[in-house]
Amino acid sequence: MKLPAPPLPKFLRSKPPRPGSGNGAAAGNGANGGANGGGANGAPASAKDHAVEGTAQVVGWLDERSGVSPMLRGFLYRKTPKGTNWYYTLGSATMFAFVAQAVTGVFLAMYYDPSPTKAYDSVNHLTNEVFAGELVRGMHRWGATVMIILIFMHLGRTFLFGAYKYPRELNWIIGVVLLVLTLAMGFTGYLLPFDQRSFWATVVGVNINASAPVLGPYLADFLRGGAEFGATTLSRFYAIHMLLLPGLIGALIGAHLYLVAKLGTTAPPWLKAEKSKALAKEEI
Amino acid sequence: MADKPSKQPPPKGGAKPSPYTADRGIPGAYEGETVTRRRLFEGSAMAIGGIATAAFALPALGFAVGPMFEDDSPRRWQPIGAEPDFNPDSYVAKVISLVPAIGDGGKTTIYVRKASPDDTDGLKQPYVAISTRCTHLGCPVRYVQASERFICPCHGGIYNIQGEVAGGPPVRPLDRFETRVRGGKVEVGDRFSVNKKLERFSTRDPSNHLDGLWQYLYPARPTT
Repeated sequence: MKLPAPPLPKFLRSKPPRPGSGNGAAAGNGANGGANGGGANGAPASAKDHAVEGTAQVVGWLDERSGVSPMLRGFLYRKTPKGTNWYYTLGSATMFAFVAQAVTGVFLAMYYDPSPTKAYDSVNHLTNEVFAGELVRGMHRWGATVMIILIFMHLGRTFLFGAYKYPRELNWIIGVVLLVLTLAMGFTGYLLPFDQRSFWATVVGVNINASAPVLGPYLADFLRGGAEFGATTLSRFYAIHMLLLPGLIGALIGAHLYLVAKLGTTAPPWLKAEKSKALAKEEI
Repeated sequence: MADKPSKQPPPKGGAKPSPYTADRGIPGAYEGETVTRRRLFEGSAMAIGGIATAAFALPALGFAVGPMFEDDSPRRWQPIGAEPDFNPDSYVAKVISLVPAIGDGGKTTIYVRKASPDDTDGLKQPYVAISTRCTHLGCPVRYVQASERFICPCHGGIYNIQGEVAGGPPVRPLDRFETRVRGGKVEVGDRFSVNKKLERFSTRDPSNHLDGLWQYLYPARPTT
């Protein structure tokens, strides 16, 4: 369905060519005519021509110096197998959830104070008093759950479609590391509100780590920054949660995407490969 | 590039091609360069980069893991009340500070009673100060006088009046604190762990066994 064009005011409409002054519309010349724009054929350039020309020039300047467009074209217009469906978007959805967590987390960090005596009050303040605080913290808090759900659905899709098989085993391994890091994000982030629930849940979680033989108690000491849940435990968790783990996750997402683009995606398992006639004959 | 067997173009000025590189097809090789020289430069670039990285990465790593290897809590004795406040038959709840200056998160409740002749431990403490940290996973236990049991709310750990496991998942009796009497006041000191025979060990984390061969899987740590 084509909607009627909105009634533009007169000065925004492109002027029709003067009789005998050229062979096409001014806008067409502006887009194709290079640096000279709509003025090449003598017709005055419209505002739209200037906008189109300016954008093209900026993009051209960037592309000439970075050579990024072949890479972008290869990444965005890569071939996908027949049968690609909505389940193939779960990985992108997980990454979108991560980006949402990163953005909301950056802004939460502007109000959060990771000291044991002030953490709860600062969370209380940012939730109840800062404008839209409830919304931003709610997005971060629920987005964490959404990300865990999405990452498991993505893992299940990859497993059930057999997309972990040769040559994509390395991407499966990176994905498993990303899963573990995401769970670690959940564990370290859970402490930060510093209420009774998050405190005792983290005490129990750290002690579960401590229950592993030999190295477990050392891991627990590392997480707590000592034998007791002490003055620096909260800031350790905060630094791990917002600097160490997101950096690792970001880098591994880059590697994950690189391998997806390099290796391509798999067709769903219910699609059989189409044999060419020549090959079918040879098999007989 | 490097795997091409093609020869390097002869250098300008009519000089002889390097006998070391001409026939090896090393791209970018210049006159007089040898493979040994190239290797040396590659190696030293790597080594310098590695040293520069280690120069900041190792101290930063040590900074992060340092608290795993030092006991930074000096022994402190905290008065919790006068001697007549305690009796051998029932526990009194007292709040002590484990980590100073971090508010409620650094405090913990302990249960204290006078040592009784019925006690089976050989710990020689004048008062029994029981830590409320459950030895299953660290939740806070409470003492129920009616049943004379410590009960953990999280996973159902139960301990008797001496802190020994009476039921549930805990792996060893409740930790204790050192006690002493100074000027008529009862004071508590460091935490310590006990095994099923109520023998003293340095503090272990909850969930760490201290009996039989298990104790060797959870050795004492530098932090305690």
